[in-house]
Amino acid sequence: MATLRDIKRRINSIKSTAKITRAMKMVSAAKLRKAQDRMFALRPYAEKIDELLHSLAQPGEQDVHPLLKVRPRKTVEVLIITSDKGLCGAFNANVLKAGVSLINRLRSEGLDVSLSTIGKKGRDYFKHREVKMRQSWTGLSGKVSYTAAQEVARELMQSYIDETFDELYIVYNEFKSVVAQTIVEKRLLPIAEIKQEEKEAFKDFLVEPSEEEIFNVLLPKSIEVLVFRALIESAASEEAARMTAMENATKNAEEMIDRLTLEFNKARQASITKELMDIVGGAEALKE
Amino acid sequence: MAEKLTLEVVSPYGAAFKDEVDEVVAPGTEGEFGVLPGHVPFITTLKIGVLVYKKDGKPGYIFVNSGYAEVYEDKVLVLADSAEKAEDIDVERAKAALKRAEERLQKKEDIDFARAQAALQRALTRLKTVELAGKK
Repeated sequence: MATLRDIKRRINSIKSTAKITRAMKMVSAAKLRKAQDRMFALRPYAEKIDELLHSLAQPGEQDVHPLLKVRPRKTVEVLIITSDKGLCGAFNANVLKAGVSLINRLRSEGLDVSLSTIGKKGRDYFKHREVKMRQSWTGLSGKVSYTAAQEVARELMQSYIDETFDELYIVYNEFKSVVAQTIVEKRLLPIAEIKQEEKEAFKDFLVEPSEEEIFNVLLPKSIEVLVFRALIESAASEEAARMTAMENATKNAEEMIDRLTLEFNKARQASITKELMDIVGGAEALKE
Repeated sequence: MAEKLTLEVVSPYGAAFKDEVDEVVAPGTEGEFGVLPGHVPFITTLKIGVLVYKKDGKPGYIFVNSGYAEVYEDKVLVLADSAEKAEDIDVERAKAALKRAEERLQKKEDIDFARAQAALQRALTRLKTVELAGKK
C-alpha cells in the first residue's frame, strides 16, 4: 500500500498541474475573445468586396481572369490549416483526418495530389507520409495578420496561374461556437463563376480605370479575404478547443485530487488505528 | 445637396475611421482626387498613400495601404488592406520597417524586389502621414 508520504506527493503534483491547466484555460478564453473580435471586424470589409464583385461588369470571354479559368484536372492541391501548438483536444486530429480522407478521395479519382500546410502540427504530421509537400507555413496561428494571409494567398494564386496545380481545396476548422467547431472543405480555385446581379447600386457611377480592371484587381483580393477568414476562424476554433480541453483537464485533476485525498485520509486513519491497537495490546500485556 | 460627407475607412481589421467631414483628398491609382459634398458617384482603386480630410477647417490624415474607394453624393467609403489614423501610427515600428526594407533592397540578391519595394513605400508613407499631421 502507498505510504502517506507517497499519496501526499501525488496530490501536490496534481494540484500544480490543475493550476497550470486552469491558467491555460484563462489565457485561451482571452485569446478567443480577441479572435472573435477579429472575425466580426472583418465582416463589413468582406461583405463589401463581395458586393462589388457581384455588381461590376466582367471582362469579355477572351480575356477571362486566369483565376476563373477552369482547366482539366490533373494535379490538385490541398491546403490544410492546423495549429502551431498542441494541447487543444481533437482540433488538429479532426482537421488532419478530414484532409487525409480528401486526399484519398482525390487519389481514387486518379488525380495527383500536392499538399500545403499551415501550422507546425500539419507539417509534422505529413513529414513521414507519402504526400508531396509543396509548401508549409508556420508561426501564423498565434497572431493572424492580413499581410500573412496575403502572402499565402498570393503564393497559391501564382502557383495556380503557373499551372503547378489545376485546382485548390482548403480544409480548416470553422468556428461555430465555443463548444462546436466544424470542419470545412472548400474549393478555392478556380473561382466559381460569379453571378452578376442587377447592378442597380452602381448604375450611374463613374469608374476609373474601368469596371473590368477593378474586377480583375478585386478577384485576387476576394481570395485573400477568404484565406484570411479561414485563418481567423481556425485561430478562434483552436482557442475554443483548447479552452474546452483545459477545462476538462482541470475537472479531471480535481476529481483525482478528491479521490486521492479520500485515500490519504483512509490511510492516515488506518495508521492511527494500528498504533492504538499496539498501545492497547501493550497495556493489556503489562496488566497480566 | 448634402453639406457634409460621411467618410468611412474600412480594413480587414475593422473600421478605422468614421466621421462627418467637409472634404476628402484620396490617393487614386490614376492620380490624387478630391471629393466635396455632391460629387458624382465614382469608383476607383487606390494606391499606398495619405488620405487627407478636412473637418471644420482642420485637416486630418489617414494612411491607406492600397484598396479602393466608392464615392457617393454624401459619402466616401474606402476599403483598404490596412488603414491607420495619423495618431495611431507606430512611428518606431514604421522606422524599423523602413530600415529593414532599405537593407533588403541593398542586398541585390533578394528575389522579391516588388515586395521589398512595397514595404519600403508603406513605411515611408506612414512616416509621411505622421509628419503631415505633426505640422498642421
